[in-house]
Amino acid sequence: MSATITAGSELRPPIYELSNVSKHYGDRAVVALEGVDLKLRKGEFHSVIGSSGCGKSTLLKIMAGLTPPSKGRVILSGTPVMGARPDIGMMFQQATLFPWRTTLQNILLPIEIREGQAAADAARPRATALLELVGLKGFESSYPSQLSGGMAQRAAICRMLVSEPEVLLLDEPFSALDEITRDFMNMELQRICMERNATAFLVTHSISEAVILSDVVHVMSARPGRVVRTVEIDLPRPRALEMTTLPAFGEHVSTIRNLLDKGAFL
Amino acid sequence: MSELSAAGPAASPDGDTIWTERTSLGSAVPRWVSMLILLVGFLGLWQLVTSAGIVSPLILPSPAATIVDLGFVGRSLLSGSYMLAAFWVTAQEVIWGFVVALAIGVSLGILVGETSIGERAVMPYIVAIDTMPKLAFAPLFVAWLGFGISSKVALAAFISVFPIVVGTAAGLHAADENARMLFKSIGASRLQTLLKLKIPTGLPQFFTGLKIAAISVVSGAIAGEFLGGGRGFGELIRVAAAQLDTPRVFSLIIYLSFLGLLMFGMVSWMQYKFVFWHRTSGDIASRAGK
Repeated sequence: MSATITAGSELRPPIYELSNVSKHYGDRAVVALEGVDLKLRKGEFHSVIGSSGCGKSTLLKIMAGLTPPSKGRVILSGTPVMGARPDIGMMFQQATLFPWRTTLQNILLPIEIREGQAAADAARPRATALLELVGLKGFESSYPSQLSGGMAQRAAICRMLVSEPEVLLLDEPFSALDEITRDFMNMELQRICMERNATAFLVTHSISEAVILSDVVHVMSARPGRVVRTVEIDLPRPRALEMTTLPAFGEHVSTIRNLLDKGAFL
Repeated sequence: MSELSAAGPAASPDGDTIWTERTSLGSAVPRWVSMLILLVGFLGLWQLVTSAGIVSPLILPSPAATIVDLGFVGRSLLSGSYMLAAFWVTAQEVIWGFVVALAIGVSLGILVGETSIGERAVMPYIVAIDTMPKLAFAPLFVAWLGFGISSKVALAAFISVFPIVVGTAAGLHAADENARMLFKSIGASRLQTLLKLKIPTGLPQFFTGLKIAAISVVSGAIAGEFLGGGRGFGELIRVAAAQLDTPRVFSLIIYLSFLGLLMFGMVSWMQYKFVFWHRTSGDIASRAGK
């Protein structure tokens, strides 16, 4: 099964491509990223994993067009990324819902900012459908203070999806949640990504999270931040939490752990 | 009977509960009762001290004398005498002082909180002036603006403008990194970020500054009247004090405090209305709303 996925993906050209991306701060004194090359094909789920300070967040910001690279380039759907784009959806560790807005108004914020209030009003049915997708039906007019941590992150998923982005950039989206909720939300994320054939890029600290969710895991080392190894995860989809007990799962986890341990001593 | 209670040293009459939360005496009494007890105790002690002749009535009037005078001043205010005119003069100073402080405070606060030149170049001067004894400027305001209402308005505004500047600037800085990044990622312009993120996020801080201003503006107006004359309540207090009419001084201060309470209540009510997502238990308005 895994062979067919890999073979199929080889035929498709990448939609998101980073070539030789580097980032220095303060006159080359601090090298946050060096020579990062990445290729994401439509529908693929990639993760990047590494210790704190390896430049994962910088990488994500560059991919999102929030900060320019010092060198190299980022191309999405054939056009270079230079600034925030509506075809990129982002999600952060904190749900960052605004307490003065209802859940629905929070979800419609990207549309309201980009296209104005009228477009946001017109997109209400779409936002309501998204709430249903994540199991928050009936919470349209609730305020964030009435939502639990997991529910708030579900709403944040809706806000990311409302402008129908081509790629999803996820910066440790569930790391602030308790482990039980986190596992559940990861499976929800997989379901949503599969339903929409979404291309996703996840930054995480958790090896098992990276393995269970991804087709490809990029292992990063720190100072300078660079991708030391790319591991393909050939577990079948849809993945289930029970797969964490499979030998293949354990092998991937220990491969990545060894790489990270080595990286730490470099 | 549960295992736990069976193992316990002593069982209560119902045989099941062996250990319960003890409620303190204070929390069992309603708030207004404890407040009333404190007030009655305070007034009783006060009356005792004055009627026993420990303190001369010229220095400290008895509560009874103050209450009698409170009634007199109250009737006088209601009948529209010179006292009402004086109260109105002070009220005007307070209202205008607050309006001027609000306009200048918000403008300076946005300049300092939103622009880097304001933060770097203007803020140090604001902090420097804020540390000065602001009442010392009163003679200057009289010299510039005369003995009329405007010099009092200026002093009241001058005293109360700083908490508004600081509250506004701090409020505009209150949005966290995540929220800023989110706005950046959805392509928000600077104006959109200001209007839809920074201003709503900063409203609680803004109102905190506004509450401090609402209280200090009354002090500013009265201090202006003490130092620059005029026909306000401050002048009545000064005259009463000069005549050693201490009950009058006390009752005038009590009526004056209504003005401060009114200003504070108005700001609290506005905060309750506008910052509905951030209602703290400390808000007078939120307590009244319960």
